[in-house]
Amino acid sequence: MQESLPITGASAQLRGAELERAMRKRWSKAPFERLIVLSLWLCGTVSMITTVLIVLTLAEETRAFFMEVPLRDFIFDTKWTPQFEPAHFGVWPLVFGTLNVLFWSMVLALPLGLAAAIYLSEYAHPNTRRILKPVLEALAGVPTVVYAFFALTVVTQDILRPLLGQDRVPIFNALSASIVMAVMILPTIASVSEDAMSNVPRELREGAYGLGATRLEVAFRVVFPAALGGIIAAVLLAVARVIGETMIVAVAAGSTPQITLNPLNSVQTMTGYMLAIGLGDSARGTVDYTSIFAVGSTLFIFTFCANVAANIIVKKFKEQYE
Amino acid sequence: MSNSVDLRPASTGQRAAEGTLERPMAQAQPGAIVEPEGEIAITIENLSLWYGPKQALTNVSMKIPARKVTALIGPSGCGKSTLLRCINRMNDLIPTVRIQGSLYYHGVNLYGPDIDPVEVRRRIGMVFQKPNPFPKSIYDNVAFGARVNGFKGNLDQLVEQSLRRAALWEEVKDNLKKSGLALSGGQQQRLCIARAIANQPDVILMDEPCSALDPIATLKIEDLMRELVKDYTIIIVTHNMQQAARVSDYTAFMLTDEQVTGQLVEYGPTEELFTTPKDRRTEDYISGRFG
Ligand SMILES: Nc1ncnc2c1ncn2[C@@H]1O[C@H](COP(=O)(O)OP(=O)(O)OP(=O)(O)O)[C@@H](O)[C@H]1O
Ligand SMILES: [Mg+2]
Repeated sequence: MQESLPITGASAQLRGAELERAMRKRWSKAPFERLIVLSLWLCGTVSMITTVLIVLTLAEETRAFFMEVPLRDFIFDTKWTPQFEPAHFGVWPLVFGTLNVLFWSMVLALPLGLAAAIYLSEYAHPNTRRILKPVLEALAGVPTVVYAFFALTVVTQDILRPLLGQDRVPIFNALSASIVMAVMILPTIASVSEDAMSNVPRELREGAYGLGATRLEVAFRVVFPAALGGIIAAVLLAVARVIGETMIVAVAAGSTPQITLNPLNSVQTMTGYMLAIGLGDSARGTVDYTSIFAVGSTLFIFTFCANVAANIIVKKFKEQYE
Repeated sequence: MSNSVDLRPASTGQRAAEGTLERPMAQAQPGAIVEPEGEIAITIENLSLWYGPKQALTNVSMKIPARKVTALIGPSGCGKSTLLRCINRMNDLIPTVRIQGSLYYHGVNLYGPDIDPVEVRRRIGMVFQKPNPFPKSIYDNVAFGARVNGFKGNLDQLVEQSLRRAALWEEVKDNLKKSGLALSGGQQQRLCIARAIANQPDVILMDEPCSALDPIATLKIEDLMRELVKDYTIIIVTHNMQQAARVSDYTAFMLTDEQVTGQLVEYGPTEELFTTPKDRRTEDYISGRFG
């Protein structure tokens, strides 16, 4: 009953020069496609040029800064007092301000965020997840200035001070900033990690369940390690946000550069300093002005190192499941 | 847990009851379903299953003998995997699944209210269609079950023994730290079998374990099954009728037709089923006339 159907079309009959012509790239036939490619290329180029310009400016002003302040002082001095006499330009107090807030916000956000991710991906009913995830992600959309004043008023004045004592908690402190920062990055950590964990193939989970693993064991011994790459990416995103966050620390953490990891101190972060000076009226070319760029370069180096470190960690520990 | 489904057979859902009334009962030919001789490992009684509103199994009843290979054959979509996954409560993981009927493992009701599915799966292991080693080392793959189940003995020894039984030891003994994913498909599948054996199960379920493998790897796994069946009860789903004929002692033929989804049509000693089928539909299927 099977008749031979003409499943090969006329194009299969072409040979020689005709065939060659038919198989050529067809630029002329797709001007629209060329337009798209061109505009994509333009977008890429513009953003690349912008980046290069930013780095150049940063480098130039940083160079100007180090004409006046020796690099040795910048690295080995332990005080940062550019506006007092005698002026000190040791960057560590600002670095520690950033590390202080980073450390405490991570201490708070990591366990909570990962627990939320594990709950959402391994335990929650699909319907629960459908509702909870967008709600969580909406949290990430709250403007940081709202978080900033929330830190200063509610967290410091209504929670920390009554809880820990008026005299132990300065009005500007690292802890309040760390707490709201943790709230701010929690959705990022939870949501991005959850994506990574949900992407772990179902076969792997079934394999583990089939061996008599409990939900918890499946989550921690199979899903978590398999999703580690994505989870580290999530954490890195969060780290980058905390390091770069300016408004919250400027409003709530204070303006006292000091080398400490005590969260109950008033501290100044790198970004906090840059904002404070940037808003002031220091003229171009002054040390005050160029110091912003020196600190900016430092920040840049830190985030760069964090990126490299994360890449190495991911390479080393990620369990491939392709 | 709030999201665990109530799968107890006694609690017949409203829809389930309607479902069985609407459809004609699965009517097997008299004598087409044979009760095997010897010790029975698993007894399935009037098992029906629904994925949401969609029925996938209808009134399946059969007894699966201990330390024998039982093959489930039938056209695609007839419910073989579904039936297999009922036996170690793997279907519990699918929220929409509803089950009616009973399954007994050496007389214990597998869906009894106090039965822990985790304990069920420790005794009734599973090898999947697609090799699914964990993205961990070969050693960690084999040791996985022992670790989650709090194995107290010598882990190195267990890993070696399991790999030997799965006929993989010679190929991997110098590379136990290598990722399980670095193995070939056939080796991966034997790794998954080793992983299942290391759990010291009693029953091993295999869902088309050779479908992703070449003929040589397939033969290796078939030899392995014949070897393992001295100690284990093996239930295998296969699309390959020669395979069923080669490895199994008993064969069950399942079918979904216009009237009944997921019914057991015929079940008996493999040789009889393939040489003198009692049901017309079995005959049609094994002679390649449909499916
Ligand atoms: N998770 C699920 N959700 C909904 N329906 C499902 C699910 N799994 C299977 N089914 C349906 O149940 C029926 C039986 O499926 P099952 O996988 O058991 O068939 P099978 O006999 O194993 O087929 P194959 O030989 O192709 O593997 C099919 O109609 C299928 O579409
Ligand atoms: Mg199947």
